[in-house]
Amino acid sequence: MAAQIELNEEQQMLLETAADFCRNQSPMGKVRAGINEQVSVDAAVWQQMVELGWLGITIPEEHGGLGLGLSHVVPIMESMGRHLMGSPLFATVMATQAILTSGSETQMSDWLPKIAAGTAASIALTEADGNWNLEEVSATGTIHGDTIRLAGNKTFVLDAIEAAVIVASVRIDDQPRLVLIDQSCLPTGALERETVIDETRRSYSLCLDEVSVAADQLLPASDFAAIEQTAMILLCAEITGGMAGVLHVIVDYLTTRKQFDKHIGGYQALKHPTVQILLGLEAARSHLYHAATTLDQPDELTRRIALHSAKAQGSEAFAFAGDRAIQFHGGFGFTYECDAQLFLRRALWCQYQFGDERYHRQRLAPLLLDQSA
Amino acid sequence: MSVQPQELDEFSREVSAWFAENRPPEPGFLLPETFMEVGEDRQFEFLRDWQNKVYEAGYLGMAWPEEYGGRGMPQAFQDIATREMARQRVPFMLNTIGLNWAGPLILNMGTEQEKQKYIKGILSAEDIWCQGFSEPDHGSDLGSAQCRAVRDGDDYVINGSKIWTSLGSYARYMILLARTSTDGPNKYAGLSYFLAPMHSPGIDPKPIKKLTGEYGFCQTFFDNARIPADSLMGKEGEGWNIAMLTLTFERGATGGQAGGIAAMDLNINDVVELARRSVRGGRPALEDPLLRDELVSLMLEARNNALMSARARVPALATDWPTAIPMSGKLRNSELKRRMCQFALALQGANGARFVSAGAIDGGKWQRSYFNAFSGTIGGGTSQIQHNILGERVLGLPKG
Repeated sequence: MAAQIELNEEQQMLLETAADFCRNQSPMGKVRAGINEQVSVDAAVWQQMVELGWLGITIPEEHGGLGLGLSHVVPIMESMGRHLMGSPLFATVMATQAILTSGSETQMSDWLPKIAAGTAASIALTEADGNWNLEEVSATGTIHGDTIRLAGNKTFVLDAIEAAVIVASVRIDDQPRLVLIDQSCLPTGALERETVIDETRRSYSLCLDEVSVAADQLLPASDFAAIEQTAMILLCAEITGGMAGVLHVIVDYLTTRKQFDKHIGGYQALKHPTVQILLGLEAARSHLYHAATTLDQPDELTRRIALHSAKAQGSEAFAFAGDRAIQFHGGFGFTYECDAQLFLRRALWCQYQFGDERYHRQRLAPLLLDQSA
Repeated sequence: MSVQPQELDEFSREVSAWFAENRPPEPGFLLPETFMEVGEDRQFEFLRDWQNKVYEAGYLGMAWPEEYGGRGMPQAFQDIATREMARQRVPFMLNTIGLNWAGPLILNMGTEQEKQKYIKGILSAEDIWCQGFSEPDHGSDLGSAQCRAVRDGDDYVINGSKIWTSLGSYARYMILLARTSTDGPNKYAGLSYFLAPMHSPGIDPKPIKKLTGEYGFCQTFFDNARIPADSLMGKEGEGWNIAMLTLTFERGATGGQAGGIAAMDLNINDVVELARRSVRGGRPALEDPLLRDELVSLMLEARNNALMSARARVPALATDWPTAIPMSGKLRNSELKRRMCQFALALQGANGARFVSAGAIDGGKWQRSYFNAFSGTIGGGTSQIQHNILGERVLGLPKG
């Protein structure tokens, strides 16, 4: 196995900029206050993110972006995860990559310049059965002349009310396909806010039953593998950032809280699992930047192994860290007031979006064990 | 010194050809996996000859200074030679304590005279080294060492005992941690460090039988043993700091080792290969979803370790705890090895319960490796102590 990890100058600069930006823009008090806001991020902060070029990182220069690889989004998502910073960036990058990898030239020129300039977008893939296989879709599209009539329900559509366009997966002629749904095509009530475990997220269900789109809104290709890979790398970045965040919360408490006249971090029952969390973080960050390195390279098998490995390891390690963070805070950990719960909720969100560790190990097994040597 | 990539490529081809051509034939007896398991003279002689041959060919100590017996070349060459030894799975370099711990220590802080005296013999395997840190009553707590060294004229007189001295009965020198004083401000202040000649009157290494039933370790007894005063390294009272420096070499946290592989290690690919030919409950093991999941988990863990080493080479990607990767190497690798071997037994069905014998799968090497894997999780500071060290020194948690 080529255990390769590279970081170019641009990525290094993005890492430094993003770390500063997110630390300044997303202190814990603001994260908590943001939970009750209608939208994920305030307009001024979003505008700064646009000005930093973050919305257009992967968008080709002719469409107004920077034309860099997806790996350049990783340092940004990682820093946002570190500070639990909300914004429609995740949803927008997902939609951007779907349009980039499956869309037509016209669809790209319709949407990518707007997105690079700050228009949010989203993606609707998952359905009520919670199936992680993106190609097993129940919602349908039926072509009637120039229009496609949609039917069915999607769920976990992030930041949907802010999105000018939503890329949705539907079954057309028994094939899973992708369509663009302009926000203006949605009847009142089509989007409904859902209660999800991570309260920093704004998730919506999307009812497609009364929705029609023009036939030219169908994406010519259906690269679900690329969409899944985008989701995995973005989530792994958030996971890695989140693990560093929660480890700081734990270490702060273990070095200040006293019980039986000594700091609780001196007790091995707490110290040893905290070291396990540290090693989980070190592993997660290594998997993450290895997976990021493979994104820019041609070998598909290496990339798939890297991404499934990263998501499997990261999901499990972050969930463990969040779980232990609650326990180590004792009675305080049981309260809403303790920041540990914010991280546990984030960990569980990341774990169950786009496949948990069991699912990804299952996906890895044939790749690692059944290939002829 | 800058090295041209084509120079390295050329060297890589040369070294690959040399090992392919010169690897020793199978000896006809089971070789040990590491230097800690050398229990028979024939094993010892075989491995000593092999190290000497590799050194004479120029593939050991390549980055050590020429004036002491090295070749004074850039580390990159040694790394290539070491990787090639691992790739071709040739027998390991016997003199591990000398090559990886005592040697780098002497080069790092020894006197000119010490360098002249010891380094070449370490590389050629003429002088085998052993380690005298642990004591029977103080396994992981080195600071409490009780073995006494009392200055008497031109000698130190040593009394006490050391345990787990691998190669003790073959060694010419020991790195020895002994107490020269009991009235310092703390237990560490009274410790001193010696490069002790083993063939001194009053030093008696007695082989210990291990849980595998084999030999390989000694308990070394010192009964009014006299060693020359100039075998003291540094000054009296500096023993603890020198021992800690030694441990950074042992744990691989600091470079400077002579190179060469230190073990003929089983790795995760060997376990996968075993799984491919294993039958459990009448079915191929690889058809069992539970075994597949466990195996994939172990493969992920092996990947963790390989990727952490890769990330350690990109300083911009260090986390807020930058010493975590180098300081956790021993813990991560030894624990993985133990669980990997444990899992290998599970692939064997009822044959998991066999031991080294003709009837066992692969001659029982998995069972032996599992038992021997504890030397990694216990020696050099147990895994539990490693957790304390990482918690305290890397995360800044208070001592217990």
